[in-house]
Amino acid sequence: MSLVEGLRNGDKRAVAKLISLIEDGDAAATAAIREIYSMTGKAHVVGVSGPPGTGKSTLIFRLAQEFRKRGKKVGIIAVDPTSPISGGALLGDRVRMGDLASDEGVFIRSMGTRGRLGGVSAATSDAINVLDAYGSDIIFVETAGAGQTDVEVSDLVHTTVVVVMPGVGDEVQALKAGLFEVAHIFVVNKADLGDADRVASDLSIMLELGEQGDWTPPVLTAVALRGEAEKEVADFLEEHLTHLRESGRMEEKKRRRAEKELMIAISESVLERSLALSSGRSFMSFVDEVLEKRMSPREAAIRLLEESHSGD
Amino acid sequence: MKKIRVLIAKPGLDGHDRGAKVVARALRDAGMEVIYTGIQKTPEDIVEAAIQEDVDAVGLSILSGAHMTLFPRVTKLLRKRGMGDVLVVGGGIIPPKDALELKKAGVAEVFGPGTPLNTIVDFIEKNVGKKPDVAG
Ligand SMILES: Nc1nc2c(ncn2[C@@H]2O[C@H](COP(=O)(O)OP(=O)(O)OP(=O)(O)O)[C@@H](O)[C@H]2O)c(=O)[nH]1
Ligand SMILES: [Mg+2]
Repeated sequence: MSLVEGLRNGDKRAVAKLISLIEDGDAAATAAIREIYSMTGKAHVVGVSGPPGTGKSTLIFRLAQEFRKRGKKVGIIAVDPTSPISGGALLGDRVRMGDLASDEGVFIRSMGTRGRLGGVSAATSDAINVLDAYGSDIIFVETAGAGQTDVEVSDLVHTTVVVVMPGVGDEVQALKAGLFEVAHIFVVNKADLGDADRVASDLSIMLELGEQGDWTPPVLTAVALRGEAEKEVADFLEEHLTHLRESGRMEEKKRRRAEKELMIAISESVLERSLALSSGRSFMSFVDEVLEKRMSPREAAIRLLEESHSGD
Repeated sequence: MKKIRVLIAKPGLDGHDRGAKVVARALRDAGMEVIYTGIQKTPEDIVEAAIQEDVDAVGLSILSGAHMTLFPRVTKLLRKRGMGDVLVVGGGIIPPKDALELKKAGVAEVFGPGTPLNTIVDFIEKNVGKKPDVAG
């Protein structure tokens, strides 16, 4: 049985193997994605971002339990940074997710950011597609507060939840660069440990000062550890989805996601092509041209590309 | 490019996972992707996680003495779920006699306390993907 058939039959092993092919940049993944792509677009995709250690995994665990109670099938993708030096990664988000994995209606996958040509969002985007085609009603994507990654991933999701906690200095200030603007729901977690209300009111003031859209992000305080938050957060997630649909924003979002996916695919193809070129025969002669200052690098690149195209 | 993925779990009831974490870090530093699942996992949870994470190897750490029931349960469940080709290694205080039994039950190797981290890294690098998937 092929992996795609397996996925259609609800086989978790097939789903897992498909995601591995994607992560490994295997050519078989391209074919599989083409086959399942028309089955995607049904899931509510939720990004959960924020600084390290604020309780994102704990909150996702609680939210997954809550959505299971509401009869939904849940997918979880937890992205953690790959060490640029060793290429390895320690993926620890499952620690907080208890025995969720054994629930038939939950699928959890940990991913390293690795160094795929199209960047972090390339593999993440395809993994979302796999879990979507598999029939997940809601997919959580946890990113490790690595700034750029979080913002990049926000283009791939419908709703972004930003989790912060009190007691790490100026939490709000730290968020302002990027994440703040893409958040739809703020959660000030670990309210048992510090002055969450102060952080929440700082956030609210910042929001009032900012641009007013047609969705005002709620600012919630939470103790995810004790399971005091998930109902409220889940309600707001559903409300945001309804808002997207009724305001026509969903169509915009889908278009933006399609644009993003196409851009990722283009840049991956171009990069693959340029890697191939760099090992080709004429590359070295162009290097000589640049070395001898007979051509600028840009000029050499254009000529090299023209040459390779005419050879197609 | 294929990367080695390893699940590190600590079944059983004792709560110390220092050793497991040290091994997890060593494997990461050797370029592997290590999925760490934490303490007190049941064999069922471990096998389910191994499936979803599509790992090449599972490392089980145990101190509580329940290794003779927990380890074989994991290897058996893996085979049952069509994941018999996953390499299973164990660590902890395990008497040689038990180690022999465990190998018969499908545990590829057991590492006692004080095993150099290099030995564990090398063993996993050399042995993943070599085991035929025998159904059971
Ligand atoms: N006191 C308190 N601790 C919490 C709460 N929520 C989570 N924690 C603890 O905070 C620590 C980090 O929680 P995680 O859920 O792993 O946080 P995370 O944001 O996913 O962490 P990274 O993925 O490493 O960025 C753990 O020890 C949790 O048990 C809470 O509401 N109150
Ligand atoms: Mg986490």
